[in-house]
Amino acid sequence: MNSVATERVSLQPSGLKARQQRIEVVIKFVLAVIAASGVLITTGVVLALVRPTIDFFQLVGFKDFFLSTEWFPLYEPPDYGVWPLVIGTFTVMLIAVIIAVPGGLAVAFFLSEYASPKVKRYLKPLLEILAGVPTVVFGFFALNFIAPNVAQKIWVFSEVGFYSALAAGITVGLMILPMMTTLAEDAMAAVPRALVDGAYALGATKREACTGVILQAGLSGIIAAGVIAMSRAIGETTIVLLAAGSTANFSFDPGVPMQTMSSFIGFAGLGDQPTGSTGYMTIFAVGSMLFVITFGLNVFSRRIVTRFREVYE
Amino acid sequence: MSSTVATNVNRFSADLRDSTSPSRKLRDKLFLSGLWVATLIGVLTLFFLVLSTLLKGYTRLNLSLITNFPSPFPEDAGIQAAIFGSIWVVVTSGIVSLFIALGSAIYLEEFANQSSRFNRLVTLNIQTLAGVPSIVFGILGLAFVARGWLGWGFTVGTASAVLTMMVLPVMIVSAREALKAVPSSLREGSYALGATKWQAISKQVLPAAIPGVATGSILGVSRALGESAPLILLGALAYVSSNPAGFSSDYTVLPLVIMKYTQEAQDEFRAVGAAAIIVLLLLLVGLNLLAIVIRDRSRKSW
Repeated sequence: MNSVATERVSLQPSGLKARQQRIEVVIKFVLAVIAASGVLITTGVVLALVRPTIDFFQLVGFKDFFLSTEWFPLYEPPDYGVWPLVIGTFTVMLIAVIIAVPGGLAVAFFLSEYASPKVKRYLKPLLEILAGVPTVVFGFFALNFIAPNVAQKIWVFSEVGFYSALAAGITVGLMILPMMTTLAEDAMAAVPRALVDGAYALGATKREACTGVILQAGLSGIIAAGVIAMSRAIGETTIVLLAAGSTANFSFDPGVPMQTMSSFIGFAGLGDQPTGSTGYMTIFAVGSMLFVITFGLNVFSRRIVTRFREVYE
Repeated sequence: MSSTVATNVNRFSADLRDSTSPSRKLRDKLFLSGLWVATLIGVLTLFFLVLSTLLKGYTRLNLSLITNFPSPFPEDAGIQAAIFGSIWVVVTSGIVSLFIALGSAIYLEEFANQSSRFNRLVTLNIQTLAGVPSIVFGILGLAFVARGWLGWGFTVGTASAVLTMMVLPVMIVSAREALKAVPSSLREGSYALGATKWQAISKQVLPAAIPGVATGSILGVSRALGESAPLILLGALAYVSSNPAGFSSDYTVLPLVIMKYTQEAQDEFRAVGAAAIIVLLLLLVGLNLLAIVIRDRSRKSW
């Protein structure tokens, strides 16, 4: 009785079913190949970087790269001291993070504890629009508005020129602000409401709930968000290329033009370097550094979340 | 955590005694004004960004901007080649990456064992790719697509391929989310009626996931439309005076033409750049409105 029932469940003629099953196997295989393309691209990135980087260091040597403070790889005679790029990257990143991390945290506190639903309804789309503005538009904004009206006004320690690390850093910070806000908001939303309500029940003000409970219980997520903001700031190319000029100054004064690792790559790519030339290989050597640093930061950020997350309930 | 909570509790009970103390109220007010300042900075950034661009570019916001090609005279310079270049590159990479993202997402969500090694490897790779700075994709394109292995040169095809790889992580993640949102009762219902796995996916799951996939891919396409960094390395930062005729044509795109005009010394050329920004922003707003309309039209509850 049972066996008859199972046979009748198959609504299709059995010949068709067998054919359908063969097709299914093929479809599954094709889809698996497509899904593997992600792995292929990552492998491609690594492969693209490794060979020319090895060639570069065979030609230039670690000593000139890491122990010199002059960076003129595209000039004759060339200098390959990477420190000006490292300092420039660090300066721009630091300025951006000083703006984006506390700023994003503050907006996230405002949205999660203070803002009324009505304010939220207007504020969130505005932030989404800001997050969707292309970086080249921010680059134009840096030269057209931030450099003359903000950077040159607030920096009193030195003369700020038309191109400066300061204007680039401020603009990169503003560009990252919405992303930092969203990530911090997510981290705050992960804090159980009972913990926050408990604080209010004990007589805490909103500020005390924010700094005493939400900030501490959501700290791992917030730090992870800050690390991602750093990685984004380091990888930003167009804003820095437009706003910080194209001179790799070995300087700690943010008022002067600087070059970051990513803006150097963009700059070198402009002057069509012949394949195999040292200038061409420099792009890959600096690209490898950039890739390793941002990759390390992203892995670190994920580690923080999985290692130090407070698990409630 | 228990120790943190305990200390907080202690502090709150200590604070309760002087709940009306002026210093506590002052700190509350200072904190709130700090939050307001940060929020205002965010809003004012958007305001000044749009305003300063409009002020700079409104003189060039006319039809000749989108019908003309580059010119040594700023009043005649236009961005037609960049608009067509952007359309070519963005439509191509949008379609290709949609297919790859959908295929990957279907495999990862519907076929593969969620805890299998392959699944975890692919997921990890997508996460990694999402964090790679966009300029690095330019390097990848330079090494393998423009020169080297494929050797396509600085063409529409190269730019499309590189942008496809760049937006793929975003597209895969959103396609997976869209498939996850389809309730399993839909699949089980199909199986109960005798459907095979692929029949259930193609006839039930995919149609139900289309709105989510569409919204996600529009967002991916807007990223491709605004992206500039990798294309700097792929020869797009140039004045091009003809529309692309195919995948092997020279090209430029809107973000790069904006960059080019921004770098000009003459103020009148920068006005062209500002006007081009307004065109780009309008296109992006249009795409996002489309995404919102699709999302709202198809809001379905199961």
